[in-house]
Amino acid sequence: MPTATKTGQEQMNIVIVGHVDHGKSTVVGRLFADTGSLPEGKLDAVRKECERTGKPFEYAFLLDALSDEQDQGITIDTARSFFKTKKRDYIIIDAPGHIEFLKNMISGAARAEAAVLVIDAKEGVRENSRRHGYILSMLGVRQIIVCVNKMDLVKRDEKVFKQIEKEFRDFLKEIDSAQPKEFIPVCATLGENLAARSKEMSWYKGPTLLEALDEFSKAPSKSDLPLRMPVQAVYKFVSQGDDRRIIAGRIEAGKAKVGDKVVFLPSNKTSTIKSIEGFNVADRQEIGAGWSTGFTLSEEIYVTRGEIMARPEEAPLVSTRFRANMIWLGKKAFTEGRDYKLKIHTQSQPVRLHKINKVIDASEAKGDALKKTDVGRHDVADVILETRQPIAFDTISLGEATGRFVIVDGYDIAGGGIITKVETDEKESLRAEAQARNFNWIKGGVSQEARSLKVGHAPALIMFVGKEGVGKHKYARAVESSLFESGKSAYMLDGTNVLLGVDADLVWVGATQAELVRRFAEVAHILLDAGHLVISTTNAIGLADFSSVQALLPDFPVLAVEINPSKSTVGTADLRFTGKEPESELIQSITDLLIKQNIIPK
Amino acid sequence: MDILDQLEQQSVYILREGFRHFERLCMLWSIGKDSTVLLWLARKAFFGHVPFPLVHIDTSYKIPEMITYRDQLAMEYKLTMIVGQNEAVLKSGKTFPNTQNLPEGDPNKVSRLECCGLLKREALTNTLNGSWPRKRLNLKTGKYELDADKEPYHGVIVGARADEEGSRSKERYFSPRDKNNLWDIGEQPPEFWNQFKTDFAPGTHVRIHPLLDWTELHIWEYIKREKIPTVSLYYDQGSGTRYRSLGCAPCQAPIQSTAKNVDEVIAEIKSGKLKNIAERSGRLQDGKHGLEELRREGYM
Ligand SMILES: Nc1nc2c(ncn2[C@@H]2O[C@H](COP(=O)(O)OP(=O)(O)O)[C@@H](O)[C@H]2O)c(=O)[nH]1
Repeated sequence: MPTATKTGQEQMNIVIVGHVDHGKSTVVGRLFADTGSLPEGKLDAVRKECERTGKPFEYAFLLDALSDEQDQGITIDTARSFFKTKKRDYIIIDAPGHIEFLKNMISGAARAEAAVLVIDAKEGVRENSRRHGYILSMLGVRQIIVCVNKMDLVKRDEKVFKQIEKEFRDFLKEIDSAQPKEFIPVCATLGENLAARSKEMSWYKGPTLLEALDEFSKAPSKSDLPLRMPVQAVYKFVSQGDDRRIIAGRIEAGKAKVGDKVVFLPSNKTSTIKSIEGFNVADRQEIGAGWSTGFTLSEEIYVTRGEIMARPEEAPLVSTRFRANMIWLGKKAFTEGRDYKLKIHTQSQPVRLHKINKVIDASEAKGDALKKTDVGRHDVADVILETRQPIAFDTISLGEATGRFVIVDGYDIAGGGIITKVETDEKESLRAEAQARNFNWIKGGVSQEARSLKVGHAPALIMFVGKEGVGKHKYARAVESSLFESGKSAYMLDGTNVLLGVDADLVWVGATQAELVRRFAEVAHILLDAGHLVISTTNAIGLADFSSVQALLPDFPVLAVEINPSKSTVGTADLRFTGKEPESELIQSITDLLIKQNIIPK
Repeated sequence: MDILDQLEQQSVYILREGFRHFERLCMLWSIGKDSTVLLWLARKAFFGHVPFPLVHIDTSYKIPEMITYRDQLAMEYKLTMIVGQNEAVLKSGKTFPNTQNLPEGDPNKVSRLECCGLLKREALTNTLNGSWPRKRLNLKTGKYELDADKEPYHGVIVGARADEEGSRSKERYFSPRDKNNLWDIGEQPPEFWNQFKTDFAPGTHVRIHPLLDWTELHIWEYIKREKIPTVSLYYDQGSGTRYRSLGCAPCQAPIQSTAKNVDEVIAEIKSGKLKNIAERSGRLQDGKHGLEELRREGYM
């Protein structure tokens, strides 16, 4: 195989995809041969071997021969095969040999900067031509070339070529996929229009495959886009005598410099960058997209993994609902009513399939929307997903790394996709209120971190919900006392007390329910800002209002404890009890949950 | 950002993901150049600290300089240094070096590959799952003591590179191993973008490969750029030979080379002089598929 590329030389990762037997291996073998990228004598050796065994020579055999060498570890840069043009080195990430496995194709293509999709002129567009075309677009591979191969089998007829181009373009259009940059008629076995121009197909005036590849550009730096740094972790290595509290992550877009005012979404917390941290690097004042770095902040605030650091004037979207294009690989279908896990940038959240807009069946010639109620294995679909709590993200057109996700079913990644649109949920105006309030909140002289250190725990709201007379009040009091006895700053907020004073001007009717919830949450917000563990119990505000309270309190943990749950609410609360349990059992479970969420120490 | 920067950023990202998702996480350190670069990258990722244990499998046949270097760095970087060993086999003496002079066909003769299986693979498996005793370096006394921790590790960071040999090109950054430490190449989960497999069933564990995209040349250029201390065995000390890869003394032959320092090693690799010699060719135990088998059984 070719020698190792030298550091510093431009490289581009490409994948070769397409339906089986349409000629992927032949295209690759031919590209190696025609660009002089094969080890000396290799081509002859393979030809001789074919003669000896009486097999007709195939360019695809070159790949087998090379992969045998790989197994023996003879050459240096073998895992990634590549060929060179004057412009750059092309690294073929996934050898076509393993491409039957969609999982491998996806893993490879997710890292590719460009792709070549091979379609057999005689067989035409087939199931995997369509599926691969869609997947490339979904994975964000924008630079795609379609080679219509085996033109020799259709008498190099321009009409056949044009027909395939039209059919494939129509399919991609129908499913809103990105269009390829070029369609090129080729004959891989004879090397026509790969490295050299075909004399036989003079009707074709476009570029050869190599010319088209060389036209592609490396992705421009993302440093000029709005700042996006998903928080990967918050480190404090105190036991090693290191006091820095470092917000670590990779800057996916934009840049940040010391002194910049930043906001974290969805919590809406703001602070200022104090320093850019690193190990064995020169001090720096500014850092841009692509760097896995870390910051300290001037005002210490509690932020957690999964939040996005951005500039207040160009913040990402926040919602519990979004529309997406996705592919499913799981053995069990993706269905409504079941819980899955969503992983997007560094966030992970319980998620459900809210609605299927359409399922595209790649085995049909037209991208027909199937009337399906679930998304089966290898199906691609347009769906609306709903997370349990609001998450921060971008639509794919505005942010790559913050606009794509995977779905975990059980222990395995079973699907993935891109966000095409934010869907408004009912809580949007509440989130806007919380955002405006938090952005403009006047902070006191005591930082949140200092306050937490002093009281020995972080603030949180524990909401008791359930029907009247199920024992919420009794339990809430017990939890308050127990936490208080163990030195916590615990305070029970009974909803009645808010009704008596803050709500005295409101008439107790359904129409003002939203306002009751709003006021209740704002009262809780002040108590939380003061650093307390607030245990609330109220008949006026139920589990149905939980997400409204959450929307108004994005900056604090909110836990729901439901007593005597009804069937319809199952799944929403963090903890559920029948109402018959002894108080000690509730106290234990709640304490465990608070420890697990790092709210109180072990 | 140059290619070394890009590789570094991705490795750091992977290390942090590993640290986040695996409470029982460790890093294998063979004292060789790759895992030493990995150790350096961990310090990059965690701002000078290494917040998980390093595990070294001591076959007792390592070149002594490697052990000295290991303990020196462990003390200097304040590492949680764990050492595992196949004590039973070493006590019984049934190793390749001890039995190589026995006549062909003698039932007590241990081949190189079998020896690797016992001293490395078995020792590694049992050290990772906690069924054999682990020794831990006491940073105050500089001595190894029995480690009280017997819990298995669920995340294991290793310095595998995709360019080393064929089978690695099928690897993922996060690659699951089942209960028996087996690696099912066909049933690997997909890896979309930078979302890795971080959920695992009880009893299984995950291998984490932050160096997957690096080549031998990148490793050396990075050692140079960062001034990472390396064992002098990698350089010619006047004999006209040097080690390109480090293993056990009886099974490790040096290569003909007069490269005396990092710059000369880089020049040698770039010159293409080593182009047609496998990086691990000095390792006498690598049969055609020996290593892949060992890998599959969990040795690497
Ligand atoms: N006639 C003709 N046959 C071709 C051409 N390209 C590939 N083939 C044949 O198509 C078959 C499948 O090709 P291969 O590269 O193995 O397909 P893959 O499965 O996509 O990698 C082989 O027998 C090739 O020789 C071509 O341009 N013309």
